[in-house]
Amino acid sequence: MKEENLIFEISRPGRIAYSLPKCDVPETRLEELIPVEYIREKEPELPEVSEVDAVRHFVRLSRKNYGVDTGFYPLGSCTMKYNPKINEDIAALKGLSSVHPYQDEETVQGCLEIMYKTSEMLAEITGMSKVSLQPAAGAHGELTGLLIMRAYHQSNGDDKRRKILVPDSAHGTNPASAAIAGFEVIQVKSNERGNVDIEELEALMQDDVAGLMLTNPNTLGLFEEQITEISDIVHKKGGLLYYDGANANAIMGITRPGDMGFDIVHLNLHKTFSTPHGGGGPGSGPIGVTKMLEPFLPFPVVEYKDGCYYLDYDRPLSIGKVKSFYGNFSVIVKAYAYILSMGPDGLRRASETAVLNANYIMEKLKKYYTLPYDRTCKHEFVLSADKQKNIGVSALDIAKRLIDYGFHPPTVYFPLIVKEALMIEPTETESKENLDRFIEAMIKIADEAAENPETVKNAPSTTVIGRLDEVKAARNPILRWKKEA
Amino acid sequence: MTENFRYIPNTPEQQEAILKEMNRKSVSELFSDVPEELKLKRPLNIPEAMSELELEKHMKELASKNANTDEYICFLGAGAYDHYIPSVIRHMLMRGEFYTAYTPYQPEISQGTLQAIFEYQTMICELTGMDVANASMYDGASAAAEAVLLACGHKRKNKVLTASNIHPEYTDVIRTYTKYHGISVEQVAYSNGVIDLSDLEKKIDTETAAFVVQNPNFFGAIENLDEISRIVKNSGALFIVIADPISLAILKPPSEYGADVVVGEGQSLGNSLSFGGPYLGFFAATNDLLRKMPGRIVGQTTDVHGNRGFVLTMQTREQHIRREKATSNICTNQALNALAATIYLTLMGKKGLKEVASLCVKKAHYAYRKLIETGKFVPAYSAPFFKEFAVKLNSVNSGKSSGNGGLFTLKELNKKLLKEKIIGGYELGRNFPDMDDAWLIAITEKRTRDEIDKLVELSNMEG
Repeated sequence: MKEENLIFEISRPGRIAYSLPKCDVPETRLEELIPVEYIREKEPELPEVSEVDAVRHFVRLSRKNYGVDTGFYPLGSCTMKYNPKINEDIAALKGLSSVHPYQDEETVQGCLEIMYKTSEMLAEITGMSKVSLQPAAGAHGELTGLLIMRAYHQSNGDDKRRKILVPDSAHGTNPASAAIAGFEVIQVKSNERGNVDIEELEALMQDDVAGLMLTNPNTLGLFEEQITEISDIVHKKGGLLYYDGANANAIMGITRPGDMGFDIVHLNLHKTFSTPHGGGGPGSGPIGVTKMLEPFLPFPVVEYKDGCYYLDYDRPLSIGKVKSFYGNFSVIVKAYAYILSMGPDGLRRASETAVLNANYIMEKLKKYYTLPYDRTCKHEFVLSADKQKNIGVSALDIAKRLIDYGFHPPTVYFPLIVKEALMIEPTETESKENLDRFIEAMIKIADEAAENPETVKNAPSTTVIGRLDEVKAARNPILRWKKEA
Repeated sequence: MTENFRYIPNTPEQQEAILKEMNRKSVSELFSDVPEELKLKRPLNIPEAMSELELEKHMKELASKNANTDEYICFLGAGAYDHYIPSVIRHMLMRGEFYTAYTPYQPEISQGTLQAIFEYQTMICELTGMDVANASMYDGASAAAEAVLLACGHKRKNKVLTASNIHPEYTDVIRTYTKYHGISVEQVAYSNGVIDLSDLEKKIDTETAAFVVQNPNFFGAIENLDEISRIVKNSGALFIVIADPISLAILKPPSEYGADVVVGEGQSLGNSLSFGGPYLGFFAATNDLLRKMPGRIVGQTTDVHGNRGFVLTMQTREQHIRREKATSNICTNQALNALAATIYLTLMGKKGLKEVASLCVKKAHYAYRKLIETGKFVPAYSAPFFKEFAVKLNSVNSGKSSGNGGLFTLKELNKKLLKEKIIGGYELGRNFPDMDDAWLIAITEKRTRDEIDKLVELSNMEG
């Protein structure tokens, strides 16, 4: 596949790809309606192409991409499960896609019902009291949850809690969200089992700490076995416990954050609940809280009374709004449809299978790569390519070689506490045959690293483009196309 | 494990085979690290699984409980607009390679997404006139809030002024984001629909990090950005402009007024209304601010063979590298919505976008003139407007109570219109007490003369 020209390079003066109705109101010159000094002189350089040009351009671009529909995508912590097609059709129904957010409540009862019921089902799945669907993504949910934490302490007249504890294995968004919420971030060590170091937690959990952010299972794919103790330590000192739901695909119907003692939970509908990742969004990051924290949820909250759904804005303790309107509604629709398609048994089976698949790959690969924490994993696990690195082949090289074997690479170099990390999350939507093929490729690459390292270091060799110079991109930023002068 | 599920390929037999290979007896063994007392000992209390047929029927029933803009004529805007969406867009978005991929961490197999974002960044720069744009934010409101945080960080100052006539929800979101940073957010008054320049002059000082203005503003009026910019630049504050991307086809780009950051809601560009989301926020800035920008940015580079290619770049700003020192916490953004915008701007192109904008202006002015001619409404301001305008119920010229002859309120009028399958304008009194009688009407290129005449006719009837 050769290089695809930029759409601007395909452009030819005078070509069009649109058709609009003729102006049916009396023609007036623009200058008579808008003061001439407000009118633009230099036209924006938008493309001039025909519809055929446009379609072929974007189809050709799509063919340079790899998605879940293309093949196995074991990107750790991202839960790249299959995205059901019917859910796309449903979200596109005119009665759901062509509804204005400010329409009279009477005319949006269907939308509100979907939001209300999705909130209720997510509350049941997480064991929380109430769920807000407003945050647009996981990190946005984290920010919302942390603002709720701050508002809660403040409402108790406690304004000294300016610190947040975050494990060293946490997603980068955790500390970043805490900073955006105005907190100081304190890192907590992991112990030799890959869990939170309880003694260090106890020492750090002082009365200037607002709470602890925890992912469970954590980013190593390991369940925090001492979660009850952790919860006690945090709560005894007046702190709150925050659940990063990025890894919730391991626990549906098996255990619930609410029962583990978490006060605030965010979920990623684009991970656990099968809504597509869209090449980097849109996602949706609902936030669930305990009864005690309900007053602080963002407004409006969808409520139900006397046979009618309505938006409740009258929430004096609310942290405010984190987004315009009510959330990424179409994404919520797809998650709602997914939950209804799966039912209670299906969701549980999804989590069980995700965990089974991850353990299967882990067992098969631990002879060939270092497994830093050799214990049962949940829906994902982390290998280290440190042995391979010693002979000059890095985790990145292995990732790139996997592309040659037809797979999307795992997450690499994360979590930071594992050297040369390869974070593998198969999800439940892969067959044993696919898992076996992936295992086989990984074993072959381990052999190649030992016997023929150049093959791995020069990978990928089968793609439309070779390894790209990222240093050059950052040093000499070209961030847009420019018309030649 | 007895049942088969359509999204889970492994059969119960295969699951058994896997367990056996691992020397495990049951799946429950894999959960022995979950403390027994924390295990859920009952099925989740959610409805039983539905077949695809049942699901589709159920969802259609829910959808039918809503009024939609396909069957109703929509004059409602206020931050979300009923523009035409060309058919090509959905066909392209539904390419599985686009919508089932994630963030392009592996550029060799993500050139489609990366190149499309590069094209998107270029288009946003062309529209706004700015040097650099990122790959998208959650929406216009959060983009504005991030711009404020950027300004405060960049200027090391904690005072921000926002125009009181920006979208009220943007004001809300800015307040939420800045709440715990010790940033004071003060509002500048409007008069006659647009920024009160003397109030701006009075409130802005050398301690001000930024001034945020929306153009056209929430009332649809076009601000005098030239005058505003002069005042802002004199104080040394950053100039943040919230812009309507469609208007930029005919209005002078904010860059020409010295804007430092331009943000806005990109929904109008090929994205459906979808009851408020997902939309996309665009974010563009001057080169000076590049390293402080939030979000993903794509750059051009070469591969080992010297071919042109695209990668995520300037990543040292981002959370996965910088953690608590990142410029923002944003990770997943609105990539597919940005792709829709890219395809929209490609299809409309240089000529088409201008035509869309002109149609909006002309039809909006026609509707405005016709509504005023009824005598039931008076202008809410005298400033020029683009596709949206506000009129007030006429309470001056006639009778004492409501004065509009028919004794109706805007609420009643909107209810009446709804019966005729018309979604009327936004009641500005919801957010602006002094705009109690003002009706905000949005006219896109989709509205026909007949539809506008019908709105005018119904608004002109008694009671």
